[in-house]
Amino acid sequence: MRTDELIRVLVRDGARPVVPIRRSLLWALCIGAALSAVLFSIVLHPRADIGEVILTPRFLFKLVVMLALGVAAGTLLADAARPLPRFRSRWFLLLAPLLLVAGVIGELLLTDSDTWRTNLVGRNAVHCLSLIPLFALGPAATLFVILRRGAPARPAISGAVAGLVSASIGAMLYALSCPDDSPLFVATWYSIAVAVVTLVSAFAGSRILRW
Amino acid sequence: MERSLDGDSAAYHELLVLLTSALRSAIRGRARAAGVDAEDAVQETLLALHLKRATWERGTPVAPWVAAIVRNKLIDVLRRRGHRIEVALESVVDTLCNDSEDSGEEALDVQQLLGELNDRQREVVRAVSLEGYSARETAARLKMSEGSVRVTLHRSLKILAATFGKVRNEN
Repeated sequence: MRTDELIRVLVRDGARPVVPIRRSLLWALCIGAALSAVLFSIVLHPRADIGEVILTPRFLFKLVVMLALGVAAGTLLADAARPLPRFRSRWFLLLAPLLLVAGVIGELLLTDSDTWRTNLVGRNAVHCLSLIPLFALGPAATLFVILRRGAPARPAISGAVAGLVSASIGAMLYALSCPDDSPLFVATWYSIAVAVVTLVSAFAGSRILRW
Repeated sequence: MERSLDGDSAAYHELLVLLTSALRSAIRGRARAAGVDAEDAVQETLLALHLKRATWERGTPVAPWVAAIVRNKLIDVLRRRGHRIEVALESVVDTLCNDSEDSGEEALDVQQLLGELNDRQREVVRAVSLEGYSARETAARLKMSEGSVRVTLHRSLKILAATFGKVRNEN
């Protein structure tokens, strides 16, 4: 094909306004989160005492930490799809770990030391480790579809960013059902689950987000 | 660039022509040195710029964005070239042929690239590229809806982008 013919094809294909990648990612995020919410409603349900605990500090703490992580990673998503990322807001990622540390210190100060062990082990560590990744699948899948249309400068990092966002959504959903409210539990098991999702996504990114 | 992204065809055409000549002078030297057909590399890069144009951030300078895409594509092209050297050693003949048929604007054999498309996709690409029909005219001619012409065309471009690498490896 001659180059001027190719240009003609490209011009025809470009005759419609382009949706900026940021908006596509936002849509993907909403759809992915909705998918996971549906999945959640099929396999789990909010814990029975949700009405009573919803405003307790320990329960809210779980949601706030994961929300902080999700928002911080979410602001990096558009850059994750670009060939010249700046990741200006990357330091906000530290907020969630700092909150966790503060929560753990608070828990250690306020509670008796013989409750630490049972609170740390919790009741449902295995659930936590398997269901957070499961609920992360929806947003991870939709975000990867859009990131593949983008031009990620560093595919592994872009994959990791998508993983962090997805894991935080998965964790927030799981938190609605999770009976373990101790920051000790969250700092241990939620963190492991988020780390696993992020690492797998980084690896997947390095494989499928190249262009 | 902004007007192009809003769907202004005249602006987009102007932009692509401008980019093409810039790409030619930027790529020719390096492509020659690596033994890659320069016009192939130009076309492949143009296609990438087109398919990735949604990643340009409005209000930011265009040149660094173009440069980033070009760099990524060139690395890709040269890496594939590296693979080929390991595979085939009949390159003397190859090089001689390449030199004699210095093809100017003509890049990879049209049949070879279009071979990856199905009949419908091929018809649409032909109608637009060779005959210059608009989406609406193509739709009327091929008795398709305008929307499906657009989808088919876009799908074809993605396949072409993926085919570039494959065809070059086989050559």
